[in-house]
Formats: sequence, structure tokens, C-alpha cells
Amino acid sequence: MHELGIVMQVIEQVDNVAAESKIEKVTKIIMEIGEVSSVIPNIFTDAFEWAKKKSNYLKDSELELIILKGITYCRDCKKTYDTVEYAKKCPYCGSLDTYLVTGNEIKIKSIEVV
Amino acid sequence: MEEYKIVEIKEDITSRNNEQAKQIKKDLAEKKIFYLNVMASPGSGKTTLIVQLVNRLKDRFRIGIIEADIDSDVDAKTIADQTGVKVMQMHTGGACHITCQMSWDALVELGIDDVDFVILENIGNLVCPAEFDTGATQNLVLLSVPEGDDKPLKYPLMFEVASVVALTKMDVAPAFDFDGEKAKKNIAYRNKDAKVFVTSAVKQEGIDELCDYLTEQITKTTRI
Repeated sequence: MHELGIVMQVIEQVDNVAAESKIEKVTKIIMEIGEVSSVIPNIFTDAFEWAKKKSNYLKDSELELIILKGITYCRDCKKTYDTVEYAKKCPYCGSLDTYLVTGNEIKIKSIEVV
Repeated sequence: MEEYKIVEIKEDITSRNNEQAKQIKKDLAEKKIFYLNVMASPGSGKTTLIVQLVNRLKDRFRIGIIEADIDSDVDAKTIADQTGVKVMQMHTGGACHITCQMSWDALVELGIDDVDFVILENIGNLVCPAEFDTGATQNLVLLSVPEGDDKPLKYPLMFEVASVVALTKMDVAPAFDFDGEKAKKNIAYRNKDAKVFVTSAVKQEGIDELCDYLTEQITKTTRI
């Protein structure tokens, strides 16, 4: 459900690029998905396979997902650590004054077109 | 083999939405309109709280309400009947969140030339609405007692984007083993800047305090 809404947004964005650049057909979409972006890759792919049929540019395309690691930075001890393993609390000094550096991305990296 | 080329896009999925949100914020600020996006789970008391806020604030500000639901107009009817302010009902037809475009279309449909304060009652959902900026001046998030005091831990983004959080249905806290202090701690863990109000619509508690806060915030925008 949640993934489908995002897929529709991706398709709309790629359709716009295709129309603007006078592209005939998109053969592949390469996306970067952060580990903690709340997108579940296989549900996302299923939603894409269903939704792509509605787009003339995308109906024969394939989707490649590159998963980006979740990395959090600690403002107190200035170290970075694995977000999935330790979440908000810094494993080095126990501080909660931390923020996510990477891992929240839902990004269209590039498309392959003919 | 078919020849193909690669087009670099490097665009975050929400980037267009975010650009549009900035534009809406700018337009509304110029028109001196305060736009409040209310988000929470289904059944957390959004409509009830909105009715109570509007009835306290409608003499001071010109208010308009946007109701977003997948289907039906029960909430719009309730609000129109119980407050008398203008309401527009938006249907998302299944979508679980409001995009900026939908938000702007709804504002235009509602009419923003005769309002100071617009409330958007977003779709009942703690996940997707948090990801899409509606262009609102501030986000009010509700956490109702039956949902449990652990929700800020389970739905991080929703509480990270909140400017203000209302704990609702506090009158039934003992029955649900809900710890208000723990809820506050969990909210602060996600977002130390979020203002928290403890409310009960049934007992009329905490609503005046929330109204005072909103009045102060609205006045900063509208300068009334």
C-alpha cells in the first residue's frame, strides 16, 4: 500500500523525464533505497511490476534497486555507526544526540532508455 | 543488441513534492495564512479535537477545514454541523497520503481569500502522510491513549515531523495502562523540540492550553 504510492510517484517522475527528453522507451530504472527508508524492496518491486503496465514508456522496463546502508552520526563523540544495529543510541558513548547520515533515501538514480 | 543510453536523474522521490511544499509555504505566508496539518491513526480523535479547537478559535480567526479521506464525507458533515465554518471534503480514492499537489488543489477548492487559519485533517495513518510535506506551516500529531505510549518508538518519522503533539483521550488512561510521562519521554526521544499537550475532549482538559499555543503560532503568521 505504502510502497504502491511511492511507485506511482516514481512512474510519474520517470514519465515526465521521458516526455521532456523525447525518449521512446525506458528499459531500466535504477533506484537507490536506504535501509531505513521504510521501503520494503520486494513489496516495492511487486508494486512496480503491477503499476508499470499503465505507463507507455515503462511497460517493458525492469527495476534495479541498490540498497544503501543506514549510517548514523553521533554529535557527542563524533563517530558514525550502523543504524540498523544500534538505532538512535550511540554504541560508543550512549548519547542520544545522533542523526541519520545515510539510509533514508528513496532516489531515482538513473534510467536506461532507447 | 538494442542500443541504449543512460539518463542520470539523481532525484529523490519526494524532491518535487518538497519543492512544491516550499512554494505553498511561501504563498501562504504572503497571504498571512496559517496552515495546520493534523495527522494521526484512524480513530485517534482528530475530528473531535478539530471541532473543539475550531469552536474556541472561530471568533478570533476566519477558519477553513480540509477533510481528506479515502472515501465518505462523514467527517466533513460532522465538522460543518458542529462548527459552522467552511469545510471541503477531499477523496484520495485509495491513496494513503496527501501529496502537495492534492493539498494545493484542496486549498484552491476551499478558497483561501477569506481565511486566516486552515486545518487539513490528513488520512488516518502513521506512516505515509509523514513522508509527504503538504506545505503546512506546522504539523500537529495526535497520539491517543488506546494506541499505547510506545507509538513514537514504532513510527519514528511521524513524530520527527511533528511541531506539536496532542495526547488525546487521557480520561481513559488508567484503563489502558497508558503512561503519559513515558509517552512524553518517547516523543522527546524522537523529537526534542516537539511541544506536547495532554488532552481529554470528554473532560475538556488541555484543549484551552493547546488553543493558546495555536493562537500564539497563528498570530505570528497572520499578525492579527
